[in-house]
Amino acid sequence: MHTEVRVQAEPLDALTETAPVFNGNSAVGGVVSFIGLMRDLNQGDQVTSMTLEHYPGMTEKALADIVGEAGIRWELEAVRLIHRVGEVRPRDPIVLVAVASAHRGEAFRACEFIIDYLKTRAPFWKREQTADGSSRWVEARVSDDEAADAWEK
Amino acid sequence: MIRILYFASLRERLGRAEETLQDFPGTLAGLRVQLAARGDVWGEVFADERRVLAAVNQEMAPVDRTLKTGDEVGFFPPVTGG
Repeated sequence: MHTEVRVQAEPLDALTETAPVFNGNSAVGGVVSFIGLMRDLNQGDQVTSMTLEHYPGMTEKALADIVGEAGIRWELEAVRLIHRVGEVRPRDPIVLVAVASAHRGEAFRACEFIIDYLKTRAPFWKREQTADGSSRWVEARVSDDEAADAWEK
Repeated sequence: MIRILYFASLRERLGRAEETLQDFPGTLAGLRVQLAARGDVWGEVFADERRVLAAVNQEMAPVDRTLKTGDEVGFFPPVTGG
């Protein structure tokens, strides 16, 4: 399995970054990708920008571990996992999960598994700036824990 | 000696990004008690176990994890990436 894991402050070009998971590999029969984007509305408030913080070193390791776990659970050809840090604005891609496999089932499941685990296990924190000039830390969601826990069953 | 790092809302509430401790207890649970004993905001932050996650040497760690000199401990709130 070919993997690439990155945390970057630079803008994420999600479509360009997806192609390398299948280019030049004729064993790939399907690619599933998830692109997480910043929305301009959260909990009823207009959000103008967001700052993503991480734990340098640990975050990269956590992401690599999640991708490695997906590679144990499913037969995969390639995985790319890229996450933004720093300041992002509405419509900016925040995260890309791209999974290539011989068959679609493996790719679909692995892609969902990776984003579900990332949401609860990778050390990133969002602080959002709202239209009224104030800012606040985004709270973790119980539904994200439930989605990740479901993979344990 | 151990090194402690604080992240995100914890760092802001505690007003500190990192520190080193010469004297430290044998486990992560003991360290939480020691930090909570500083009182005020420290007590509030470390009182609720579910709101503060911990990593030792950059891996998630349970409270009974033992500590040794040279360890890096990270404390942070539940994560919100993706």
